[in-house]
Order: sequence, then structure tokens, then C-alpha cells
Amino acid sequence: MQQVKDLGEIQNFCKKIRRHIVEMITEAKSGHPGGSLSAVETLAVLYLEVMRHDPKNPQWPDRDRFVLGKGHACPVLYSVMAECGYCPVDQLITLRKLGSMYQGHPDRRFLPALEASTGSLGQGLSIGLGMALAARLNGGPSRTYVMLGDGEIQEGQIWEAAMFAAFHKVDNLAAIVDYNKIQLDGFVKDIMDLEPLAAKWQSFGWHVITLDGHDIAALREAFAEAEGAKGKPTVLIANTIKGKGVSFMENNPKFHGTAPSREEMALALKELA
Amino acid sequence: MPANTKFELKMGAATREAFGKALVELGRKNKDVVVCDADLSKSTMVHWFAKEFPERFFSCGIAEADMVAIGAGLASGGKIPFVASFSVFVMNKGFEQLRVTAAYPPDVNLKVVGTHSGISIGEDGPSQMSIEDLALATALPGFTVISPCDEVSMAAFVHLAAEHYGPVFLRAGRPKVPVVYNGDQKFTIGKAIGLVEGKDVTLLAHGLMVAESIRAAEILEGEGVSARVVDMPTIKPLDTEAIRKAAVETGAIVVSEEHLVDGGLGVKVAQAVGQTHPCVMEFVGIENTYAESATPHELLEKYGLTAASIAEAARRALKRKG
Ligand SMILES: Cc1ncc(C[n+]2csc(CCOP(=O)(O)OP(=O)(O)O)c2C)c(N)n1
Ligand SMILES: [Mg+2]
Repeated sequence: MQQVKDLGEIQNFCKKIRRHIVEMITEAKSGHPGGSLSAVETLAVLYLEVMRHDPKNPQWPDRDRFVLGKGHACPVLYSVMAECGYCPVDQLITLRKLGSMYQGHPDRRFLPALEASTGSLGQGLSIGLGMALAARLNGGPSRTYVMLGDGEIQEGQIWEAAMFAAFHKVDNLAAIVDYNKIQLDGFVKDIMDLEPLAAKWQSFGWHVITLDGHDIAALREAFAEAEGAKGKPTVLIANTIKGKGVSFMENNPKFHGTAPSREEMALALKELA
Repeated sequence: MPANTKFELKMGAATREAFGKALVELGRKNKDVVVCDADLSKSTMVHWFAKEFPERFFSCGIAEADMVAIGAGLASGGKIPFVASFSVFVMNKGFEQLRVTAAYPPDVNLKVVGTHSGISIGEDGPSQMSIEDLALATALPGFTVISPCDEVSMAAFVHLAAEHYGPVFLRAGRPKVPVVYNGDQKFTIGKAIGLVEGKDVTLLAHGLMVAESIRAAEILEGEGVSARVVDMPTIKPLDTEAIRKAAVETGAIVVSEEHLVDGGLGVKVAQAVGQTHPCVMEFVGIENTYAESATPHELLEKYGLTAASIAEAARRALKRKG
């Protein structure tokens, strides 16, 4: 865990990650910009400040773990891991190309520092629970963080895992719901509304923190509160904006799974300068 | 003039697109047709149906297992439900539900459509690629399993699937594929279709490997080999008579498919050959592995799903046939 000096620094880091996301998806000509951009602050705070991890020793048994349930948002994960030193920054633009370590969805065959291969929505929370249980059995300090999409939590397996986590008091795990209100085909409320979402997690026995998922101070506080919550798993319901940081992608369902054109990339990079 | 020059193989629509269009026509004809989606309507192309018949369209959220069982319930209420998603999700996440709610009880009139089958989806990579769906679907007793090769046959099989009473799995692909058939062709569930006459070897295929088999026959013709090409859109029930004839008349069979060799059409054909008229066989498919991210073209090349590898397999078969 390396405490970053000031807010400005972490905000600049987030901008840099957003530029990577836009550039790599443009270069790939396919991919998922919206859900990558909405998750930037959460991953930045986790990897820069909250998680105990060592990029030089990715297999350190006592490391904290991060699982990206919504695997399609891997450009944000690859960029953050690369900037932390796990993998080369200059290769990010090989995203989705033949032989690249940066596969279309997280794939441990190509990038072993990843904690899980994901891409089929709904499985990340269960995998994370297993990791957290193993850490508990080993008596280790390791904590597990799982990021879930709001569309993703329509999968029944999420709620099976949610019951398990509370019943087995898995308090070394925190889930983050990237509540950007948009899934593949459109707005979550039109496809399969999740509300009342905080009440659902509460009734499943979780400690629930609702916050602005782009507010770095709020994220810091929430992760600290999660670590302090004993006897219960914690979920952060992070209200976010899909496509955050690029005006024409914000709240625009089109950019769930559409790559920007070269011209759009230029516009986006100007906004992210 | 060689028989196979009648195939121009002009690029046509993707089979998922043909499926989406035919579904709308079907909806107009038959008010009992209903559609369930799991947040992929713009990819499976059922969004056209949703637009025209919103009251007969159910958005299930990202919940494929739920969707499958809801479909089975709709069927028992007298509807003709089409439940659609990427093949990898509807078959793998919905498999146990298919088994218990659709295959095991008799007479469940459920239609399951899996799009984005095979590795030709490209850049999204193996978590979205269905290479075992035919092994799963054909393992369900009572299921009819169909993998059309082009837009014409897909459109026909959407209607035939609805007319057939019982559970059906229909396999569709993501990329545009060449047109093999003209509008005059008649299709029947359970019947193979001879495309090119030949006497030395038979090239059997389904899906996008049919066009590749036609191209392979052209390559082989240049080498003085007369290759028969047969499209097998119905994987189950198998047209064992067409297979027996191919074995008897050509003495060598190459089966090609965008699927794992394990559990694919090839092993089923081998079973039929063993039971009727043993002959040499070769298999072109994905060998005991998952693929990766790249362009569809690069992947088909790398994993050997091309006319060149079919021709090579035919040469191996001919050598052993002697
Ligand atoms: C099991 C499964 N079903 C369907 C898909 C196809 N898919 C990819 S992303 C997506 C929408 C995800 O929405 P959400 O979880 O809200 O992600 P975000 O908004 O953060 O991008 C869908 C349906 C999938 N990857 N896995
Ligand atoms: Mg979302």
C-alpha cells in the first residue's frame, strides 16, 4: 500500500488512465470504453492507495486481490496494472491483437498477474469469495476486492454469492458495484431495474456504503470503512457515469461496446489533456 | 465444365442477421411466437422483433438460466418461445435448465438460438466463443440441432424450427458469410444437401465451413481429385443415409466444423460410418484448446479452419484410402 501524496496526483493518474483506455480501444477498433471509463477512480484508489500488492512479486501469497467481474472493462485494469509496473505500458495499444497479452477479456494464460480470467458475467463475486476464504484459512492478512457491473448483478449467481458471503461472515472481502445505470442494450431501469439496490444488499446481510464513485476522497473513506467492518462483507454502491471524462461518451449507451473513431479519439484526448 | 463453378460464393449476410429478419416474418405469420432476450438483443438481432412486437418480447436481463426456464414455461402455456443469446451463454449457463425444463419432460416446444458461435467472433476472445455448444445440444435427448451455413438456409430453418413441434437448438454466427444457396433450394430438417458431385472423397461440413469445403473441392479439382461436398445443416437427427452413401461411393470422408473436434459433427459421422460402411475419415476442427483474441480471419487461419486445411486433410485421407 503506497499512500499517494495529494489529490491532484491521483486525479492526473486517472486522466492518464482514461487516455490509455481511449487510445487502446481506438487502436483495437473494438472494445468497451463506457464501463472502463466509469471504473477509473475506483481502480486508481485501490491500486495506488488501498491494496497491499507488489508488482515485482505478483505471486506474493499475502497480497490483496482484485477481481474484475465485469471483464469486458479490462482496458481500465490493464492500464492501471501497466502504470503500476505489472506489464508494459507501451504494449497497451496491442489490445485485442493476435498474440497480445492484453486480450479482449482478462485471460490469465496471456497475463498471469491477473487474479482471474473473466468475461462471462456473474462469476467474479464467487471467485473472490473463494480467495477470501482461502486467506482466512491461511490466517493471512489478504483482502479481496471484486468489481461488479450493475447489469452483471442481474445474474442469479451474484445473489447466491451474496447470501454465502454474509452467512459465512466473509469480512475480508469488499464488492464494488459500478452503478453506471447502463448495460449493453440500454439503460438498466428499462431492461431489468435493480432498485431498491442498497436495500437489496442490506437485506442480504451486507454492510452497504453508497457513494459517488468518481469522488476520490469518498472512495478512500469507504475502503477504510469496509476494512473496519467486522463480521460482514461490505459492498460499495458506487454511483458513476458510464463513459466518464469524455463528454460525448458520458451516459451514452452507444459507447458500451463501440470503439471511438480516430476523430472521436482526437476529441476525447483533447478533453483528457 | 466442372460442377463446382456454379458457386460464386458472394458475400452475404451473417446468419444471425438472417435469423433476426426471419424471426420478424415468423412473428407476423404466427401470433404464438414470443421472444426472450438476455441483454444482447442488438447482437442476436432479436431487437427487430422487439420493435415490431413489444408485447411478445421479454427482456430477461443478464440472466440466461432464468431466461431458458422462462422459455420452457412459456412453451407449456402454448407459446412458441425463441430464447436467444450468445451461444456460449445460453448453452453453458442454461444447460441444466435446458435438460430439466426442456429435454427431459416430453414435448416442450422451446426454440433455443445461440449466436456468435465458433471462434469467428474474433477480438472478444474465448470467454465469448462457443466451441462446445453442439456437443452440449446434441447431448440433450429429443433436441433437434441445426447449424445453417448461410442466410438463405438460416431463414428457411427459422421457419422450419417453428413448424417442428419440440425443442430445437439453432446455431448462428457473427460474421458475414458467403451465400451458398439460391432461393429455390428446399430444406428439410434431418436431410443433408449435396452441393458438389464427386467420387474420390466427400467433404462434409456445417456452418461457415461449408463454403470453405466448396473452395477446398476447387483446390482438389486442380489436382485431379474429384471431391463431393455435402452440407449437413442438421447435426441431430443425423442424415445417416447421406453418410452411408458418401462412405460407399467415395470411400473417404473429411468432416469440417467451427467447433471442437471432440463432441462435434465429425465424431457423430464417424459413429454412423462405423455402423454402416467403415471408411477412412479425417477431421478439421478445433483441437482440444480454446482460442484467443484476433481478427476472425487470423483466428480461422491459426486454428486451421480454412479451405487449405480441408484440402490437406483430404490428401491425407486419400493417401490412407490408397
Ligand atoms: C453471462 C454473460 N452474458 C452476457 C454477456 C454479454 N455482455 C457483455 S457486457 C454486457 C453488459 C454489461 O453491463 P454492466 O454489467 O452494467 O457493465 P458496464 O456498464 O460496467 O460496462 C453484456 C450483456 C456476458 N459477457 N456474459
Ligand atoms: Mg453498467
